Amino acid sequence: MAKVTIDGIEVKVPNGSSVLQACEAAGKEIPRFCYHERLSVAGNCRMCLVEVEKAPKPVASCAYPVMDGMKVFTDTPVVRNARRGVMEFLLINHPLDCPICDQGGECDLQDQAYAYGHDKSRYGEAKRAVKDKNIGPLIKTVMTRCIQCTRCVRFAAEVAGTPELGGTNRGESMEIGTYVEKALTSELSGNLIDICPVGALTSRPYAFVSRPWELRKTDGIDVLDAVGANIRIDTRGPEVLRILPRINEAVNEEWMADRGRFSFDGLKRRRLDRPWLRKDGRMVAASWAEAFGVIADKLSKTSADRIGAVAGSLADAESVLALKDLMAAYGSANLDCREDGAAIDGARPDFYRFNTTIAGIEDADALLIIGAEPRKEAPVLNARIRKRWAQGRFPVGFIGPAGIDLTYSAQHLGEGPVVISALLDGSHPFAATLKAAQKPMLILGRGAIARADGAAVLAAAWRLAAEAGMLKPDWHGFNLLHHFGGQVGSLELGFLPGQGGKDLAAMLGGGVDALWLLNADGFDPARIPASTFVIYQGHHGDAMAARADVLLPGAAYTEKDATWVNTEGRAQRSYRAIHPPGEAREDWRIIRAFSEGVGKTLAYNDLDALRARLASISPVFARIGEVAASGCADLAGPQAAMAMEAAPFRLPITDYHRADVISRASDVMAECASVYGPQQALAAE
Amino acid sequence: MASLDRVARSLLLTEIVSGMALTLKYFFKKKVTLNYPYERGPLGPRFKGEHALRRYPNGEERCIACKLCEAVCPAQAITIEAEPREDGSRRTTRYDIDMTRCIYCGLCEEACPVDAIVEGPNMEFAVERREELIYTKEKLLDNGDRWEPMLAERLRLDAPYR
Repeated sequence: MAKVTIDGIEVKVPNGSSVLQACEAAGKEIPRFCYHERLSVAGNCRMCLVEVEKAPKPVASCAYPVMDGMKVFTDTPVVRNARRGVMEFLLINHPLDCPICDQGGECDLQDQAYAYGHDKSRYGEAKRAVKDKNIGPLIKTVMTRCIQCTRCVRFAAEVAGTPELGGTNRGESMEIGTYVEKALTSELSGNLIDICPVGALTSRPYAFVSRPWELRKTDGIDVLDAVGANIRIDTRGPEVLRILPRINEAVNEEWMADRGRFSFDGLKRRRLDRPWLRKDGRMVAASWAEAFGVIADKLSKTSADRIGAVAGSLADAESVLALKDLMAAYGSANLDCREDGAAIDGARPDFYRFNTTIAGIEDADALLIIGAEPRKEAPVLNARIRKRWAQGRFPVGFIGPAGIDLTYSAQHLGEGPVVISALLDGSHPFAATLKAAQKPMLILGRGAIARADGAAVLAAAWRLAAEAGMLKPDWHGFNLLHHFGGQVGSLELGFLPGQGGKDLAAMLGGGVDALWLLNADGFDPARIPASTFVIYQGHHGDAMAARADVLLPGAAYTEKDATWVNTEGRAQRSYRAIHPPGEAREDWRIIRAFSEGVGKTLAYNDLDALRARLASISPVFARIGEVAASGCADLAGPQAAMAMEAAPFRLPITDYHRADVISRASDVMAECASVYGPQQALAAE
Repeated sequence: MASLDRVARSLLLTEIVSGMALTLKYFFKKKVTLNYPYERGPLGPRFKGEHALRRYPNGEERCIACKLCEAVCPAQAITIEAEPREDGSRRTTRYDIDMTRCIYCGLCEEACPVDAIVEGPNMEFAVERREELIYTKEKLLDNGDRWEPMLAERLRLDAPYR
């Protein structure tokens, strides 16, 4: 620890810290543009100049290491003058078009010019102009505004792992760009908008839409992947205008994935805003009472073991529990939440959770990825893996299709389950790597077990984890990577076939006469037998809604107070940012209202009572926002009756931008799919 | 004696006579009232009357949808929505002023970086229904076109003091 005096305040900071960090520790604000806590230090904006005792000139605090006994002054005439000068230089080529700039009102340059700059310009000569670059459908560029801080270049290269941005030319002619015009291929590209301190990179869908002071900000959770990134939903009136990440070091740091960030315009389109009934083969608008009447009538005529319920990937914990309780009231055990058919074993939570935890990835020293493509399935988690990989000594093995770019170098071990067998018997060289590691971990993709021999793959993966020393009392290296925010919550609540209950395949195979689908869009509606009465409760009129006999309009994730469990088993709360459209209601309220109408009234009437029941079922819901770091004491794993097949693993998310109902309804995502989609990739080859 | 004096004054109507004399005096004096609306008093260049959205001489609307007027409006009378126009420039799709809310403080024109929204010299915009006082972008631009010579003159006269 080094003892540093900042403006007379003495602070202790670790050796090797920068002066800027020491100033922050002392509570002194240092203006900066190029410096960012999560990126490497560039030191090129010169805004963070401070005076250090005995130094002949002001020093750039972001790049100047502390020394014991150093005396730093952040508010002397020299420092003020230096900042004013730097600001004047930065503004020489900045267009000052704040009134038409989308960053206006939340611009670092604007704020710092106001706080540290001159009150007027002395520059009367011509300003430079830079041609705007086209870097894809999500990011709008106004490169004349760029101050060459190179944060975007460093973000793309270091965090996103797609080094596609760079600077060309020098001095005044320097330009940031992609060299050859191309759309950025990163799934984290939206973060460039947040990271840009000026209005050079702004959101294209949000262009000119609003000003930050007009927006109402609501805390939410991104449920479009299973990371559960903490988000801020910005709304004006009845509309979501943008979604930004919040900082949560344990989950998403300060990043979020593009699908969660940009697909919200799908919340306005193809929405179910009133109940619908199928009459004589056609859907007709109905009232809630009529819809409930038809369902009650059908369910009362159906025997309990012929009623089934499926919870989908975007269902919140509250409504899943309400549906489970309703089915229990009917006496049905036909529940399933594994709509993709993944052979998840709900016997023990650590069979289906990401036990290492996302932050725990940074402690691991070897990684095996089985049938998962974290880059597409959980981009933010992938950034965490990359962060660990970038620190070095982190061998990564990958089992799955060849030619996958994970943004870090992974050894491709093979394509199918046969590699797991080879790793188990030690005949594969990577087995030795895993053995040698102190804290090895594996990530099993949900896609890898969503196949006929899924149970065998799951069992083999667990066995591999046990044999490779991933399961220790203080380290749990077995991880299942889910795809959506609602999947783990349903598993925690045990929304799985009960005693004698049928699973999804059995239900679709004619095992039930009435099927209640809660946000379940994850399987082909053609698999439902024609004779089955389908109740679809959800928010989008996607393919499944077209098959339904009764449509109950529910609320999307921005429209309800809900609890979501991410892939780690971390329960997080999101709040209602806007009201659901039309007659749509929060999903648990729909089920509660229905239960009362049929005389099977659920025992809770408000959210608090429902949440108390949630907490009584699983401890996960009692500790919101936290996850118990767990080792593994019991090595006994899931069992499988079958053997693994030879078929290679297929990655489940082929089209990243159209993977869920919300993004399928989104115009922005449709545009992205046409730019980045699989057919485009094929055409380019 | 005092009562006799009072009675005499009452009977001789002296108060009415002196009052009528004053009336007669003003009857022949120069008039200070104006025969509105045929006559009008002078208006200063800073008079804050009906709003207008101005255009550039080439016909392009000045407003760039920066929303500063909306932000500064103390009565929250202004509502703006914007999106990129076909040529990519930043323009409003909606610019409404609720004239029933407006307090004619003039902060909107102070805030405007491009002299687009101004308060003109017109104060005679009484209407029969409240709805007509919700001014839309078309109405405001139309006002601007109609009053432009006077608006420009007004800004020119006030410019030295800004």
